[in-house]
Amino acid sequence: MAFQPVKYYQTGTFTVGNRLLPPETRSVQANMRRTNSLNSGHRACQGCGEALGARYAIDAAMEATQRQLVAANATGCLEVFSTPYPETSWQIPWIHSLFGNTAAVATGIAAALKAKGKNDVRVIAQGGDGGTTDIGFGCLSGMFERNDDVLYICYDNEAYMNTGVQRSSATPPAARTATTSVGNKFGQGKNVPAIAIAHGIPYVATATIAHLRDLEAKVRRAMEFRGARYIHIYVSCPLGWGHASDQSVRIARLAKETGIFPVFEVEHGEVVSVAKIRKQLPVEEYLKPQKRFAHLFSPKVNSEAISRIQEMADRNIRKFGLLDA
Amino acid sequence: MLKQLEGSRAVAEAVALCRPEVICAYPISPQTHIVEALGELVAQGAVGRCEFINVESEFAAMSVAIGASSAGARAYTATASQGLLFMAEALFNASGLGLPIVMTVANRAIGAPINIWNDHTDSMSQRDCGWIQLFAETNQEALDLHIQAFRLAEELSLPVMVCMDGFILTHAYERVDMPTQQQVDAYLPPFEPRQILDPKEPVSIGAMVGPEAFTEVRYFAHAKQMQALELIPGWADEFRRAFGRESGGLLHTYRIEDADTVVVALGSVLGTIKDTVDEMRARGARIGVLGITCFRPWPRDAVQQALARAKRVIVLEKSLAVGIGGIVSTNVRTTCDVPIYTVIAGLGGRPITRASLAKVFGAASLDHTTFLDLDRPLVEKVLKREKELRRSGPRAEQILKEKHGVPAR
Repeated sequence: MAFQPVKYYQTGTFTVGNRLLPPETRSVQANMRRTNSLNSGHRACQGCGEALGARYAIDAAMEATQRQLVAANATGCLEVFSTPYPETSWQIPWIHSLFGNTAAVATGIAAALKAKGKNDVRVIAQGGDGGTTDIGFGCLSGMFERNDDVLYICYDNEAYMNTGVQRSSATPPAARTATTSVGNKFGQGKNVPAIAIAHGIPYVATATIAHLRDLEAKVRRAMEFRGARYIHIYVSCPLGWGHASDQSVRIARLAKETGIFPVFEVEHGEVVSVAKIRKQLPVEEYLKPQKRFAHLFSPKVNSEAISRIQEMADRNIRKFGLLDA
Repeated sequence: MLKQLEGSRAVAEAVALCRPEVICAYPISPQTHIVEALGELVAQGAVGRCEFINVESEFAAMSVAIGASSAGARAYTATASQGLLFMAEALFNASGLGLPIVMTVANRAIGAPINIWNDHTDSMSQRDCGWIQLFAETNQEALDLHIQAFRLAEELSLPVMVCMDGFILTHAYERVDMPTQQQVDAYLPPFEPRQILDPKEPVSIGAMVGPEAFTEVRYFAHAKQMQALELIPGWADEFRRAFGRESGGLLHTYRIEDADTVVVALGSVLGTIKDTVDEMRARGARIGVLGITCFRPWPRDAVQQALARAKRVIVLEKSLAVGIGGIVSTNVRTTCDVPIYTVIAGLGGRPITRASLAKVFGAASLDHTTFLDLDRPLVEKVLKREKELRRSGPRAEQILKEKHGVPAR
């Protein structure tokens, strides 16, 4: 038999394949007994970052709670693509009420469980950026302030994708949407993770779909706390952002590696971890593959807008110490 | 047990006897005393295992109730006026999801102009949101209706609004007969829904339904609510046997047997109307009263029967459907062919006096819609001036200025 050289496919990357890890440290998704909480057969677009993020997040939460989990879901893509009547992709108890009330519905579920003495059952609320940073913001803040025992997960794809890509308060400056045809204005932004931290809740984290082990670990950590917790997940949207559907994970990685989206973890108001940038990339690398930013490069380069975006990324890098000196 | 209590306190104690498991509270006048009392009762441990949650808005209050009810807890909240409107989206959602939430509405006007006093515009504006609506005439009935409401809600898997006049009932101290815990427990079985959010039996609740089944789902909601018309009279009888008094039911009649004129109304104003009717009867008028307790579902057959002998119907309502007139009248018109006159009264808390009522009930002829005690010269003056100006602008301020003699600019 001819000599067969061993190939380490991931040589040169920072990712360690599951097969090289002991079973107890492998990802939840690598486990044969993963719950497939968001089961296959749903109607998300090809390359949907939200579907990927939700699958990893909820399966990790299921594992962390020994499958004692209830979820409340805001109106939006995740709700629509997962539950076209009379079908459902959800393998967990799940409720969709309205667009703007998901945090409050979750509060109600948590209160009912407490009144019933079912202290082992935990509650997750989830929604997109519209349902979280805009219309659901009042209920979200109320839930944080009362420190209700709910983990709220925001899948941020930076616009109202379900209704056809309109601007939300999470839409980044310069991005083109159906309601910002010349590119979104440079505003002050609405940094919901920072607002969550300002509520003094026990746990706040950001994550991306390019760093799924990190996402799983954060969900697991979040479930170790009682009280209000918040995880803000950056999820790419090929349809809304105008990139190839096989580029979702790469775009999310670029968001982190440019400093556009800082990945960090905060416990009781203190930053306990940041995901360092391995090799800082200029923001153009992130902007160019996405049609929503195409007007920054053609017909002529808008170097002023690009440099403002670069400044924002640099500020994130300084603020969170994302680069090792 | 007989007690001298404020209406809000009586309702709070009755709700506590119903063993709610989640109560969410957001303050709005004139509902505040109800949730304050419940907060106190929960803190004292008088309600058993119950979570009392101070929420940040009425929209959140109803949403918390939705979450709690779908997880299997008996849920209660109370609101009024603007608060009811702020939760409008969640009201439709609660009924659409078939969640048996019970809510008190301490009836109050809707602004602008802002007005905290009583009328029925708030609950009337939500008459089609899929909730059962019961209107209390007295504090005793308000108390009793809450006990019946939980049973009705849970039997039909529908939310129930118990409407009581703000201030007039909520803030009035009256004698009430407060039932015992044993009596309420015997009448109201524990909440055992068919389906709850439970990891043991995962279900998806609130999925999207398209054109292929939406009509059927809506028809089902209608059919379920109409079932209340069959159940309510029997349960009111059962209530009478268990608690020893008449309360609830679809409607109450008063001296209608030989009445040519029947006055239809809801809520606490029925007391004043009955007194007026007694006075008019003493002078030989053949007049009676029909009080509607159950406004949704609309008890068409029962109203029809009650009005069968009437030659003339006067509907006195504490709400106004701008652009058409009476809301209750529109409902009454589905039941009989005799002339029906609308009297809009008591808007924004204006007192409804026996003198004014006697005048309008005894009038030889009535307009299609009458505004009781309207200052007609005042509004006509302002209308005339507005017509001359032909420009948009504030309305309430114009009328106030005119009323108090402030010269117009």
